[in-house]
Amino acid sequence: MSKMTYRDAIRSALREALRDDPRVFLMGEDVGGYGGAFKVSHGLLEEFGPERVRDTPLSENTFLGAGIGAALGGMRPVVEIMTVNFALLALDQIVNNAATLRHMSGGQLSVPLVVRMTTGGGRQLAAQHSHSLEGWFAHIPGIKVVAPAVAADARGFLLAALRDPDPVFIFEHATLYPVEGEVDERAGPAEIGRALVRRSGDAVSLITYGGTLGKALQAADELAVDGVEAEVVDLRSLRPLDTETILASVSKTHRAVIVDEGWRTCSFAAEVSARIMEGGFYSLDAPVARVCSAEVPMPYAKHMEDAALPQVPAIVDAVKAMLVSHG
Amino acid sequence: MSDIDRARALALLRQMLLIRRFEEKAAELYSVGKIRGFLHLYIGEEAVAVGTMQALTPEDGIVATYREHGQALARGIPAGSLMAEMYGKANGCSRGRGGSMHFFDVSRRFYGGHAIVAGGLPVAVGLALADKLRASARVTACFFGDGAVAEGEFHESLNLAALWKLPVLFLCENNLYAMGTALARHQSQPDIRRKADAYGMRSDAADGMDVLAVEEATRRAADHVRGGHGPFLLELRTYRFRAHSTADPELYRRKDEVAEWKQRDPIALFTSRVQAMGIVSEADLTSLETSVADEIVEAVRVAEAGPWEPVEDLTRDVYTETP
Repeated sequence: MSKMTYRDAIRSALREALRDDPRVFLMGEDVGGYGGAFKVSHGLLEEFGPERVRDTPLSENTFLGAGIGAALGGMRPVVEIMTVNFALLALDQIVNNAATLRHMSGGQLSVPLVVRMTTGGGRQLAAQHSHSLEGWFAHIPGIKVVAPAVAADARGFLLAALRDPDPVFIFEHATLYPVEGEVDERAGPAEIGRALVRRSGDAVSLITYGGTLGKALQAADELAVDGVEAEVVDLRSLRPLDTETILASVSKTHRAVIVDEGWRTCSFAAEVSARIMEGGFYSLDAPVARVCSAEVPMPYAKHMEDAALPQVPAIVDAVKAMLVSHG
Repeated sequence: MSDIDRARALALLRQMLLIRRFEEKAAELYSVGKIRGFLHLYIGEEAVAVGTMQALTPEDGIVATYREHGQALARGIPAGSLMAEMYGKANGCSRGRGGSMHFFDVSRRFYGGHAIVAGGLPVAVGLALADKLRASARVTACFFGDGAVAEGEFHESLNLAALWKLPVLFLCENNLYAMGTALARHQSQPDIRRKADAYGMRSDAADGMDVLAVEEATRRAADHVRGGHGPFLLELRTYRFRAHSTADPELYRRKDEVAEWKQRDPIALFTSRVQAMGIVSEADLTSLETSVADEIVEAVRVAEAGPWEPVEDLTRDVYTETP
C-alpha cells in the first residue's frame, strides 16, 4: 500500500496495461504531447511512443467510433474524452454503435472499448464543462458505467475495464484528481457491479458515488457528533447497479438519503430511489430523500456554483429533517 | 474491357442478377407481410457492389449501410441467411435481431449494416487503425451514400484516416438523392470526389452503372490503399430505380428522369456488351436466370423453415456472457 493521488492511480493502471498488453493503446484530445488535459497521461507518450499514445483531432464522435472499430479489430483502445459535456458530440457512436453492435449482430461482435472522461462541477468552469451526466449513460443497455470515488478504484476499475469484453465508460470526477488515497499497486482489477459500504452505521443510509462520496462521509462525521451513525454506501458502478448492497443497507438503517450531483429530475438518484421502493419499501421508516444539484445550468461565480451543488450541510439537514419527521 | 473472358462475364452477370432477383423477391415478400420494418432496395445499383467486391480479398473488411443487400450477396453471404434475417428468423445472419438494415457476418468480415447515415465511417476508420497497428496489409472498404457527405462524421473520418494514413477505401455510392433530397439541394459542392482534396486524400470517380469500370477504378484505389499510401475516396455514380424505401411515394423526382436512368440499367448494359462480344449467348442467359431463380427459391425455403429465436433469449448478448 502506498499513498497516491487519483490521477497517479489512473496513470499507474494505464502504464501497467500499456506495458503488459500490446493491444492496448490510448487516444484522445491532447493525451500525448500535452500530457492530458488533466495530466493523467503525462509521460506516457515519451515512454510508449506516438503509435500507442495518440493525439486526435477534435472529433469526439469519430475517434470514439474509431475506438469501436479498433476494438472490433482485436485491439484494446482506451479513449479519453476531455469532459462529459464533450462526450455529447459522440453520443451517436456510443448509443447507436458501442451499445448495440453485440446484440444487433446476434452475438457475433464484441466491443472491448474503454472510455474515460471527467464529470462534475466544483471548479468554476460554468455551464459547458461542469455537468454530471453519467446517469444518462447508465440508462443505456449494452455499456457498463463506473464512477470511481477513490484512488484505488480509479486504478482497479481501469484494469477491470481493460479485461472486460464489453464497452466500459469510466466517469472521473474532476475534483478528485489531486486527492490522495491508499493504493496497492499489486492489486488487480476491481469488481464492476459491486457497491461498497465505506462507513458503517445504523441510523440512515447515505447512498452516493463519485465526487459526492467525500461529502457524504464528511456529513456522516458531523452527524456522528450528534450521535447519529450514518452508513455510507459507495455505488461505484452505476450499470450494472448493485441493488443487493443498497437494499441490505436500507434494511439495516430503515432510512435512505441519496446524494447525487446530477439534477434531481430523472436523475440516477431517482433510479436508486425506485429500486429501494421496489425491493425495500417495507423496511423503510421514512420516505426516501434525495440531495441533488439545483436544476440550473452550472453558474460560474463560486458562491452560486456552491449553492447549485450538493453540499455537506444539505446532506446533514436532509438526514435531520428525516429523523425529526419520521424519528 | 478486352481482357474479359466468358467465365468472368458470366460470374459478374450472375452476381448482379442474383441481387436483382433477390430484391424483387424481397419486395414481393414485403407486400405479403413476410418481411416487415424498412426495406431499402438496391435495384439499379448492382454494378457498384459487384464491381467493387472483385477488387477486394476475403481478408479485407466491409462496412456498409442500411441498403446493403447487394454488398452482402456480392461478399458471398448465402442468400438464405440474408432472407432468413429479413424474415426475423434465428438462422438469419444476425439471428433476426437486425433485419434488412443490419446484416452482419463476422466470418466474412462483413461489419454491418449501419442505419445511421455516416455512422459506419468511424468504425471503418477504427478497423483500419487496428490493421495498421498490427502491420496487417488488409483494407477496410466503407460504403456510404451521397447523403452521408453532409454529415460531420464523413469529414471527421476522412480527416482522421488521411492524417494517420489508414488503409480505408471510402466508397461513396452517389445515387443523387439523400432519401428525397437531391444532391444539388444539400451540397454546396456537389462534385463529391473533390471533397477528398480538402484532406489531401487521393480520389477518383467512376460510372457506377458499368460493372467493369467500377471494378477497374476500385482495383486502382485498393492498390493505392494496400500499398500503404493512405486512404482513398472513390465516388461511384449510380441511380436507384426503386423508391428510397417501401414507405416512399417518390414525390421528389420526375418519372422521365427515372426512365432515362433505366436506359442505363447496369445488368442490361453489361448483358448487351458481352453478347455483342460474342462471349455470352441467349442460352447462357436462360441458364443463368434458371440457376438464380433456383437459388432464390432455396433462400425462401431456408427463411420459411428457419426457427424463431426463443423469447427467453431476448436479453442474451446485450453483454458478453461469461460462463
